[in-house]
Amino acid sequence: MAEYEAVIGLEVHVQLKTNTKMFCSCKNEFGGAPNSHVCPVCLGMPGVLPTPNEEAIIKTILTGEMLECQIAPRCKFDRKNYFYPDMPKNYQISQYDEPLCANGAVTLNLLAFPKDVQNDPKVNFDKKIRLERIHLEEDVAKSFHYDGASGIDFNRAGTPLMEIVSKADIATPEEAFAYLTALKQILIYGGVSDADMEKGQMRCDVNVSIRPKGQKEYGTKVEIKNLNSISAVRKSLHYEILRQTADVEAGVPIIQQTRRWDDGRGETFMMRTKEKAHDYRYFPDPDLLPLNTEEGLHQTAKSRLPELPAAKKSRLVADYAVTEYQASVLASEVALANYFEKAAANAKNKSAVANFLLNDYFATGGDIENIPVNPEFFSELSNLVEEGKINTKQAKEVFPKMVAENKAPSVLVKELGLSQITDTAALEALCDQAIAANPRSVADFKAGKTNAVNALKGQVMKLSKGQANPQVVGDILLKKLSA
Amino acid sequence: MASPDIDVRYVADLARLNLSDAEAATFQKQLSDILGYVAQLEKVDVSSVAAFSGPVVNNLRPDVLGESLPVEVALSNAPQQENNLIVVPKMIE
Ligand SMILES: [Zn+2]
Repeated sequence: MAEYEAVIGLEVHVQLKTNTKMFCSCKNEFGGAPNSHVCPVCLGMPGVLPTPNEEAIIKTILTGEMLECQIAPRCKFDRKNYFYPDMPKNYQISQYDEPLCANGAVTLNLLAFPKDVQNDPKVNFDKKIRLERIHLEEDVAKSFHYDGASGIDFNRAGTPLMEIVSKADIATPEEAFAYLTALKQILIYGGVSDADMEKGQMRCDVNVSIRPKGQKEYGTKVEIKNLNSISAVRKSLHYEILRQTADVEAGVPIIQQTRRWDDGRGETFMMRTKEKAHDYRYFPDPDLLPLNTEEGLHQTAKSRLPELPAAKKSRLVADYAVTEYQASVLASEVALANYFEKAAANAKNKSAVANFLLNDYFATGGDIENIPVNPEFFSELSNLVEEGKINTKQAKEVFPKMVAENKAPSVLVKELGLSQITDTAALEALCDQAIAANPRSVADFKAGKTNAVNALKGQVMKLSKGQANPQVVGDILLKKLSA
Repeated sequence: MASPDIDVRYVADLARLNLSDAEAATFQKQLSDILGYVAQLEKVDVSSVAAFSGPVVNNLRPDVLGESLPVEVALSNAPQQENNLIVVPKMIE
């Protein structure tokens, strides 16, 4: 059997976070009573004039900047003509041959991949997926389907929509998953969109074909629609690549078609074949002036460039001495990184704060948006450990209460009656007791098994009911045993 | 003057128009005349002028909320409506 490889390209539509629509001042809002955010412009009444929303243009240029695109100094809007009830003008204002942004790339990263492949040595985690273009257009109305009729809500019609088209650089369903995850992360970083696929703020059409490994020509591509989550994109691609491979192996030719993903059944179904190419008769929209991005728009967008995930990660490693892995996780979400920076501000050991946050806090099932804890308490808790006032085991006792009650760790230490025995005389006595009771461990140690000291340390901790400072105990034991 | 060709039947099909033969012939002539005028314009030498050059660009709008129509007004021309939605014949994707 020949080996096949997949060639995948993604078209991602992103709803921009603006107050108003693209060409009129109606509210841009998810939800809202049907047809309550409409006016003559977005209803496509005759004789109205569209006026572009400056903010939508700036956000599109900002996206282009974040994704290493070239920003067009000049561009224009075109009409894409078609007849469908979700588009009352019978054309959609879009950009055809002069998009705002060209080229660019999304750089993947380890954490953007599905968890189950993050240890796979065959995966290139830092792959760059090149972009073809980013253009700005208006969204269409939302339709609801009933028996024998459809209902249209024009609230979404005319809201700003960005289309990001990748080159066919994606080779696996996992890379498609990572591409969408990394792209979403950057869109959120820039405050461009909330990019929630379940809310339709980010929508993805997939093009996929297969070809025998080593062949230059592309196979016939199939488009997949109705993908409502990033994992649905991955699953649908797995299904489709297997389906196409089976067809080709059986000698059934692949025909160009659009298929619909059924998430419940985990299968794609044919919607339509491309009998004839669409003819949208694009032409420049005579109602709209060309855009000159050099007149301030590009500059404004550049001034809003945020620190991007890769740069944030490097800075966290440099400034907070956290591990590469901790930094990657922290930088994967702006809100998480921001919280961490506040939480670690006064900590002597900032990596310990990262541990409390990433391991202990998330183990409670909490999320970062709704974290109820005063971030300064993280510094306080880690400092209590660092200064030897409590040990790590006691810190783990304090932690859940600190989260549940949003109470200062120093207060909780008193309430719980936790304090470490740092009184050297008392600890020395306990060490002597442990040494006397465990001649075996002592002999082991003297025979060169330095690990044996841990057994003795455990004994002392037990004798102290967990209240001894393990570091001090270790020091005392070593001194006594080496004497 | 020779006018550029236009496939009226094809354009009518794209525009979802059902033309009679007589109408098709009328539009064939009218549209060809219009294209003839455009062909004249194409003879003007504009090689020294940038595309879309003009005194004005970027007629933009700040992202500030304005007024929308009351729902009753927005729906007043809809022949059929339900739950504030405009009802149309069943759409197929
Ligand atoms: Zn409007």
